[in-house]
Amino acid sequence: MQTSAAILPAECTPDVPAPVVDIRGLWSVFHTAGVDVVIHKDLDLVVPRGEVVSLVGGSGTGKTVLLRQILGLQSPARGTVTVLGKPAAVLGAQGAASRVGMLFQHGALYSAFTVLENIAFALRELNSLPDALIRDAALLKLQMVGLDVKHAHKMPAELSGGMIKRVALARALIMDPPLLLLDEPTAGLDPDGADAFCNLLRSLHHELGLTVVMVTHDLDTLFELSTRVAVVADQKIIVEGPPREVIAFPHPFIHDFFLGERGQRAMELLREYPFTV
Amino acid sequence: MEASPPRIVCQPASGGLQVLAQGRWTAAALTAPGVWATLTRDLQALAREPAAAWDLTGLQRLDHLGAQVLWNHWGRAWPARLEALADQRAVLERVARYAVTPPAYQRPTLWQRFLRLGELLFKVADHGQDLLRLVGQLVLDLARLARAPRDAPWRDITGHVFHIGATALPITAMVGFLIGVVLAYLTSQQLRQFGAEIYIVNILGLSLIRELGPVLAAVLIAGRSGSAITAQIGVMRVTEELDAMRVMGIPHGFRLVMPRAIALAVAMPLLTLWTTLAALFGGMLAADLVLGITPAYFISNLPRAVAVSNLWLAMGKSAVFGLLIALIGCHYGLRVKPNTESLGQGTTASVVSSITVVILIDALFAVVFKNIGI
Repeated sequence: MQTSAAILPAECTPDVPAPVVDIRGLWSVFHTAGVDVVIHKDLDLVVPRGEVVSLVGGSGTGKTVLLRQILGLQSPARGTVTVLGKPAAVLGAQGAASRVGMLFQHGALYSAFTVLENIAFALRELNSLPDALIRDAALLKLQMVGLDVKHAHKMPAELSGGMIKRVALARALIMDPPLLLLDEPTAGLDPDGADAFCNLLRSLHHELGLTVVMVTHDLDTLFELSTRVAVVADQKIIVEGPPREVIAFPHPFIHDFFLGERGQRAMELLREYPFTV
Repeated sequence: MEASPPRIVCQPASGGLQVLAQGRWTAAALTAPGVWATLTRDLQALAREPAAAWDLTGLQRLDHLGAQVLWNHWGRAWPARLEALADQRAVLERVARYAVTPPAYQRPTLWQRFLRLGELLFKVADHGQDLLRLVGQLVLDLARLARAPRDAPWRDITGHVFHIGATALPITAMVGFLIGVVLAYLTSQQLRQFGAEIYIVNILGLSLIRELGPVLAAVLIAGRSGSAITAQIGVMRVTEELDAMRVMGIPHGFRLVMPRAIALAVAMPLLTLWTTLAALFGGMLAADLVLGITPAYFISNLPRAVAVSNLWLAMGKSAVFGLLIALIGCHYGLRVKPNTESLGQGTTASVVSSITVVILIDALFAVVFKNIGI
């Protein structure tokens, strides 16, 4: 019979190591026009399991670069990036979709495939499950992200911006990866869509023990979803912690970002609806 | 604890068979090699005996794919008795809620097929119309250029001349040289049989200057620059740069089509001259080696063998080829739809049509000017 660990809920599965993402002493250097531009300098970031971490920072501070380094698409000049207990560089092997899901900023759907084929692609490539089951699984994900089945056979070129985003999320979730990376998930969605998106993410986070790292400028999304916020400024993470603590941190960027006019409005909402996550 | 594959264990219980699901019912575990075959065998064996109760509490992990497998096995209905944790039930409920039969891919009816055929005809007509509009616009743009030469995009034009013309010099020279050598070798074998070796100057001179030089250069440039033009403009469509230009009131014809058309019409005759010279050089070298015809003899006899009108004809026809390659490249580029597949198709179609058109126009020139220079 199973040991006691077997009856623990999903988030306590033992094979996912405690820090899902572990970045140590990371340097990112870009070489443009003969000049070295240092984006990150001795950056450390630990994303514990089951957290929703938002990366915020001014434009050009390298938030997307950080996401790409977590995905292993870009290797840092110095330092180590460990994702799910393995170096980020080896993540891109076969079956990577079962470990990490990524929602790219513009969807990055395969334009030669239909919506359903896009969602099912990672599963189908493994060549081990029957087509009917793969189709069922893809249709499930399609509806989970709030799309009607009648869109299943459409091509990406026929979709609106919001629909592309949802299909891209469904594609990222096809193998229910323990880690989900989101680059501006709600940018380009209408408020209704953004709310639905947040609700979906919250329930997935709850039921599957999903760990989420997202880059977002949308303060509503940030306050609604994040359990932790990491602020990228001055080439490193200046502060990382629960939103309330981060807001209290004295730094000009944080002051402008959270306590500006837009920030105030979002904060009012925060006071009305305290964290549900 | 090591990752364990999804499996089912049956044990007798009161009121029938109790099925315990164990292991990791996740996408990663289900797609591992061999797992699916074992699991389906067990599930099929189970299907013969009606299971009384399911117990999922022993599961290590259940995700949507695992839940889908169970749901499909249960015949898309809840089993009579089910023991599951709240989280597992939530996942199963979501699968149950969304389990629908997919919309069947509709096969086109006969009438739709007929309509599609008609659509094809309209598409051909549309192509013709677009091309005609492009030519008309080019004429208007050239008139605008003639009226106000200072406002023309000269930087674009010179840039294209460099990219299309100057950077193509090595490849056209190499191909021309090799064709010259091959042609000289082949004809020398035949000419020697008749003792007419000295006619190699006439054959090489006429064929290379009048036909092969222009066509060779045009085919190379159609492949090299025609495709590049289509891809450049096509990517501008994909990234909405074309729309941005229109919004700023910058006409596509004047800024995209005309500079390329002028550049190719200028560069193509020069490239033809260059290719022909390289081919003649190759032929001359081969003639010296195989037939012992010295370069001095070759050069002094060339003007006598080939009338200079042939050169003008070649140049004129090259300018037309260049113009057509540019127009066809732009035409297909502007028709690209914002997706990668359309971009690939457009580029292929552009190269194939421009090479075909070059050869067609060459045949037309051969017929029309058959009394000149021979």
